[in-house]
Amino acid sequence: MRTLIVLLQKEFRQIFRNKAILPLIFVMPTVQLLILPLAADYEIKNIKLAVIDQDHSPYSAKLISKITGSGYFQLTHFGNSYPQGFKTIETEKADLVLNIPLGFEKNLIREQQNSLFIAINAINGVKAGLGGSYLAKIIQEFNMEINLDWTRVIQNGTEQKIETLNSAWYNPGMNYNFFMVPGILAALVTMMGTYMTSVNIVKEKEVGTIEQINVTPVNKMYFILAKLIPFWVIGMFVFSVGLGIIANLVYGISSQGSLFLLYLFLGIYLVAILGLGLLVSTYSETQQQAMSITFFFVMIFMLMSGLFTPIDSMPSWARAISYLSPLTYFIEVMRMIVLKGSGFDDLQYQFFVILLFAVLMNTWAILNYRKTN
Amino acid sequence: MYFLNWPEKQREVPTEMKQFLIFVRKEFKHVFRDKKTLLMLFGLPVVQIVLFGFALTNEIKNSKVLIVDYSKDQATCSIIAKIEASTYFEIYSVTQDPLEMEKAFKKGKIKSGIIFPLNFSYDLHHSGKAQLSIIADGSDPNTATSLTNYLNSIVQDYIHQVSGSRTGLLFVKAETRMIYNPELKGAYNYVPGVMALVLLLVSVMMTSISIVREKEMGTMEVLLVSPFKPLLVILSKAIPYLLVSMVNLAIILLLSVFALGLPFAGSIGLFVLVSVLYIITGLSLGLLISSAAASQQAAMLMSVMGMLLPTMLFAGFMFPIENMPMPLQLFSNVVPAKWYYIIVKSIMIKGLGLSAIFKEVLILTGMTVFLLAVSLKKFKTRLE
Amino acid sequence: MEAVIKAEKLSKRFGDFIATNAVSFEVYPGEIFGFLGANGAGKTTAMRMLCGLSRPSSGSASIAGFDVYTQTEQIKKHIGYMSQKFSLYEDLTVVENIRLFGGIYGLSKEDVRVKTQGLLEHLKMEDQKNKLVGALPLGWKQKLAFSVAVFHKPRIVFLDEPTGGVDPITRRQFWDLIYEASQQGITVFVTTHYMDEAEYCNRVSIMVDGVIEALDTPAKLKSQYDAVSMEDVFFKLARKAKRGAD
Repeated sequence: MRTLIVLLQKEFRQIFRNKAILPLIFVMPTVQLLILPLAADYEIKNIKLAVIDQDHSPYSAKLISKITGSGYFQLTHFGNSYPQGFKTIETEKADLVLNIPLGFEKNLIREQQNSLFIAINAINGVKAGLGGSYLAKIIQEFNMEINLDWTRVIQNGTEQKIETLNSAWYNPGMNYNFFMVPGILAALVTMMGTYMTSVNIVKEKEVGTIEQINVTPVNKMYFILAKLIPFWVIGMFVFSVGLGIIANLVYGISSQGSLFLLYLFLGIYLVAILGLGLLVSTYSETQQQAMSITFFFVMIFMLMSGLFTPIDSMPSWARAISYLSPLTYFIEVMRMIVLKGSGFDDLQYQFFVILLFAVLMNTWAILNYRKTN
Repeated sequence: MYFLNWPEKQREVPTEMKQFLIFVRKEFKHVFRDKKTLLMLFGLPVVQIVLFGFALTNEIKNSKVLIVDYSKDQATCSIIAKIEASTYFEIYSVTQDPLEMEKAFKKGKIKSGIIFPLNFSYDLHHSGKAQLSIIADGSDPNTATSLTNYLNSIVQDYIHQVSGSRTGLLFVKAETRMIYNPELKGAYNYVPGVMALVLLLVSVMMTSISIVREKEMGTMEVLLVSPFKPLLVILSKAIPYLLVSMVNLAIILLLSVFALGLPFAGSIGLFVLVSVLYIITGLSLGLLISSAAASQQAAMLMSVMGMLLPTMLFAGFMFPIENMPMPLQLFSNVVPAKWYYIIVKSIMIKGLGLSAIFKEVLILTGMTVFLLAVSLKKFKTRLE
Repeated sequence: MEAVIKAEKLSKRFGDFIATNAVSFEVYPGEIFGFLGANGAGKTTAMRMLCGLSRPSSGSASIAGFDVYTQTEQIKKHIGYMSQKFSLYEDLTVVENIRLFGGIYGLSKEDVRVKTQGLLEHLKMEDQKNKLVGALPLGWKQKLAFSVAVFHKPRIVFLDEPTGGVDPITRRQFWDLIYEASQQGITVFVTTHYMDEAEYCNRVSIMVDGVIEALDTPAKLKSQYDAVSMEDVFFKLARKAKRGAD
């Protein structure tokens, strides 16, 4: 036990004496949590719209004002010629072109049916899909409105309609930060945990001090434990700062569910992640290698974890990969506990899986550590 | 030591070109001997293209929806059948217990739900007006918006069908055409971005690290005391990475055209030229970093902070620039990847020519000249 | 007297390459045993086997009565080790390093405190005790590393080229430290490239191509090989080597 304490003292001293690591622990998470949600704002709200109005009728004016009044679109071009309007897509001045043909109103009243033409720049599929569906919704509402007037004019008895009440649970304001911030915090803790553990251990290999430890009667388990415990504590600390100070004070996110449950999960998760760092260190000879390998894995974890794009939309092979990444479970649990207030009953599966990860990673790492020393 | 007294034939003065080739050969050996790093250099773009091309998409498919149906009549059944038929949705369950919906949301089993009140059909036919609730999981706001919109349009579709036979109603139909990317594939957006990212990764990070390594190990001094122009030393370092970048570019292009089915609409020649320009931008940035960094770790950190993060954030392929606050939008203009990304999209997907991307190419050229000038000046002052 | 290191046909193979080929020798308590050989002769491999860092391919050896195959953890409690790479923590202070290794060997806090004081006084390093080890000159670092290696009073201390790159005066002081340790009953097992240092040893073995070619006191070796100095003896033996230097 005393050996462990002595080793822990050594690790903490070395960590806090390293000028490069302190900014990594304190400044980087803060900056990233402040900048990333600002930048990673996927909420589609500024779709650039070009309108070609060849009709100039009361109906076309009504439709245009309805669209621009919706708040989703930003009118960047207004003209008469379609080729000119199309140019705005080529030059990225507009994402969407709405063409109102000549005689739109006249034909609509005469034939009771008429078409509008919408061209969407679909290179960014997400934006195109959402923009199209917003516009379709507005046109539908427009239909209902003009019919309301129209039916009144022709006195056409009853008409049927279904009213829908739309609501978004757990985030009624549809605040995008609520979605991103917990996810980014989870990714940050993962990145730091793996990176710091792997580089720290490989450094002792590279410098040669690990030899000196190996000829002493110190128990290897104690040596590894002394390496992992400080980063476990730092991980807990960074997470608490991120959740308690930045998420809460800056973004106004407070956990709906039990904090105890969240920390319990984090505790196990960190053991798994530090085990991964240990594993990487046993496969690397130099710090540069450790960094590249960590970079590679963390990148895949981040892209596949559902942080940016929904896992449900992935093909099955990709979903399989994403469920092999511990980060996927952590982000899921973060969002479930913090935003929805899910309880232990809802999270049993995730707890089981992360426990399995923790045991597997560390067993593999320790077996491999023994072999290489 | 007889080799010192060996009667040499007349010594040729090696031309600069010859010296240069000797150094280039040395650099190639360095690059191709480190198999682990090489694997990463070529593996990373492949993995990224595959992930971005196939796995990462925001389109909604088979999203699970739970339905609480208190009516169980002809109208609700028709609407449920319509939902089931859509590719967007998959019915998770139909129940009469509202508590089940909350449970399913909390377990993360469903993303949306519908509640049909009692007497739905009756209300619709007799008072002409019925109500229903659509609930989406707002913890993912964009998906929630799409799901709500899709469910709404299915419901409106139904009512239009039912009442469509009746005359006297006006109906405006929207004909929508998705230009450039009719299937709304994510790859069209991501592939040009991955190109911008990978080319920069190789040219900036690898160049700076390889120069700093020579500094760290002291071999740089040896090179600089040799009768060889320092500028050529640097140039010979850049050439293998230029080649590796070109190979990467080819791999990405082949993968995206043949595996992902992306078009290549524009001129290949123009594309290669602009890419070389962009790679040179990266190499100058790498040189600049190498003159500022004292150790490999520092070079790595500076590359990640100064290049990788800004590129991911501000190139425009991962995060929409127009949604960012003004200062960040202004900052995005100094990120070379942003301009290269616009150029690649224009040439590859839209098939535009030089006249359409003239401004972007000019900006990129300006950046390259500036970076190159600053980094060479720094390199020279370090020598003196 | 019972030998404290006993090696019997100890070998280590890496694939086809035989780094150490059936070496046998004994070292007695309190002895300063010099382990010489050219670069690549197999010294470091042999030493790593004796310390329990590397498992022998065949042969047997015991250190302080413990077997190198089965009792490596016991061995580690009774030895000290100083490698050719400087191996204290550069980002810890002098005192912190001493406390760390004292703690690892299970010395009590009180003992560590008293002994640290003695060590610092002896090395005249009291002024530097709170300096980072990385900031010390190389000679000081080596003397400190040796003192830390014998801090827990091991029965044997292994020194792998301890004086590489150190000036002659500091080397002399370093050997004074070795003599003092030996007088305390600590057996010293040392590899070196400096032949003047070989003269300081009680007995010397010379390894060539993985085999011990000669083993005796410096005086006897000189007369046996008809040489004026240990340097001369070494050249006569090492010239036969077929393995290139590393």
